[in-house]
Amino acid sequence: MPNYASTSMEREVAKPSADGTLVRVSSVGIIVLAVVGIFLYLGGWFSPHKLTPARLVDGFEEVNGIHPGFRRNHGKGVSVSGFFESNGQGARLSKAVVFTAGRVPVIGRFSLGSGQPYVADAPDTARGLGLLFQLPDGEEWRTAMVNLPVFVVTGPQGFYDLMMASRPEPATGKPDPAKMAAFFGSHPETVQAFTVIKSHPVSSGFDNSTFNSLNAFRFVDANGNSTPVRWSLAPLQPFEPSAAADADQRDKNYLFDALIANMHQHPLQWRLLITVGQPGDPTDNATIPWPEGREQVDAGTLTLDHIESDDSGLAREINFDPLVLPAGIAPSDDPLLSARSAVYSQSFTRRAGETKEPGAVTPSEVQK
Amino acid sequence: MTTQRQFPASMRFLHWLMAALVLTMLGIGVAMVASLGDYHSLVSIHRPLGILILLLVVIRFVNRLLSNVPPLPPEFPPKERYVAAASEVMLYTLLFVIPLVGWAMLSAARYPIVLFGSIHLFPILPRNLVLYAFLRRTHTALAYLLFFAFVAHFGAVLFHTWVMRDGLFDRMAPWRVSGR
Repeated sequence: MPNYASTSMEREVAKPSADGTLVRVSSVGIIVLAVVGIFLYLGGWFSPHKLTPARLVDGFEEVNGIHPGFRRNHGKGVSVSGFFESNGQGARLSKAVVFTAGRVPVIGRFSLGSGQPYVADAPDTARGLGLLFQLPDGEEWRTAMVNLPVFVVTGPQGFYDLMMASRPEPATGKPDPAKMAAFFGSHPETVQAFTVIKSHPVSSGFDNSTFNSLNAFRFVDANGNSTPVRWSLAPLQPFEPSAAADADQRDKNYLFDALIANMHQHPLQWRLLITVGQPGDPTDNATIPWPEGREQVDAGTLTLDHIESDDSGLAREINFDPLVLPAGIAPSDDPLLSARSAVYSQSFTRRAGETKEPGAVTPSEVQK
Repeated sequence: MTTQRQFPASMRFLHWLMAALVLTMLGIGVAMVASLGDYHSLVSIHRPLGILILLLVVIRFVNRLLSNVPPLPPEFPPKERYVAAASEVMLYTLLFVIPLVGWAMLSAARYPIVLFGSIHLFPILPRNLVLYAFLRRTHTALAYLLFFAFVAHFGAVLFHTWVMRDGLFDRMAPWRVSGR
């Protein structure tokens, strides 16, 4: 005789009271609701004011408007490619294949640090260089660098608050001084960072800019030893200070046009310098420079010899997520890194589903 | 003649192992998209765990085909039998398709699909931003569907076990339930 029949008959005998059933039905309901509640809690439904990747990118769209198909930050740019020739010096710090002597192809993108893809080029706007090193067997190293010596905030909340405080007022076209003062008052690290930034003269163009990793990372060698590092790309093109011309005398795309002209003349080169951190050097705070005189390892030379517009170039498909790292390079404890990865991904996903409008630097401009 | 009362031990083991992994995965998934500070560490677990689930669901499916399945309690009405069978098909399908869509979307987005260290998977789709955007949305939509399917499954088993007390849970109980 099947067991189910017998057990259900036994249960018939001890028929539950109506009250008991109600209690059990309610328990089922409560447990199910609790499970749904935990899920919603984890997804942040009960904390509508907490900063999330989506809300941070909403902030960019609020300040800059929505420009379909463009990156929500660093929207104006050009695609470049070339190669990195490693001299093998970096291998003692990191087992990453990119540091064994030899050449790997590189895709890159020069950009301006603005959420407005048609913004006019200006000397003080942060210049970005995103790079993707294509290592053998499909491994990749991506890095998104800027020409600032330090970053202006320590974390995503500071970034968001600064973006909102420095948002131009509709009446004046300038940030509200009261909001800016309030932000600086509560963020002494930002004031300090701007002092460091102002002490570094801006170069005349992309080609002679130094680009910095900003965040610290960790290099891991073949024995598993971990070293805190920052890196920068030092141009082989000689430094020239930015000319102090009036804004209305400069062409809207003067920085990009100069880069295009330079690259059509000859390949542009940078040395990859690895700065080795010492115990006590902050790895979790991108606003603080490491002390002068830290050992720098010259790991090789980046050569960029091909340029294309943002509309057609290879970089268009790439999210220069700074946490796409090969074995041998690992994130530091800097909270900005995970936040950058999350926000870049959010921006990438949004633009991927949109039809891109033509960029500011057109394909024909790049052909010249 | 004895009637088989429980699923075979291999099926019960895979069921509870995957239940733990899939619940963890749903929690990680919904938390990571809302997180800035923990995003990277959660994604680093999400990817290899998703591939593990894909592997396990294939093993589980083959094991399911090769195993004897205990009958539903006889008092189950035909309509509920149909719902039970359909929800099983749906759960298996989602557990297979969601990780596959995840893998496909990373391929289309041109990301290296890192599992551990330098170990990563080959792309299963050509890179294409439009495809990525579509698959990314699909991944989320199907994951919500899986969550609701899980809640329905969980709620239905609780209801049968506590309210109807028909011994349904015994079929999949992690411990051995002997037929009396």
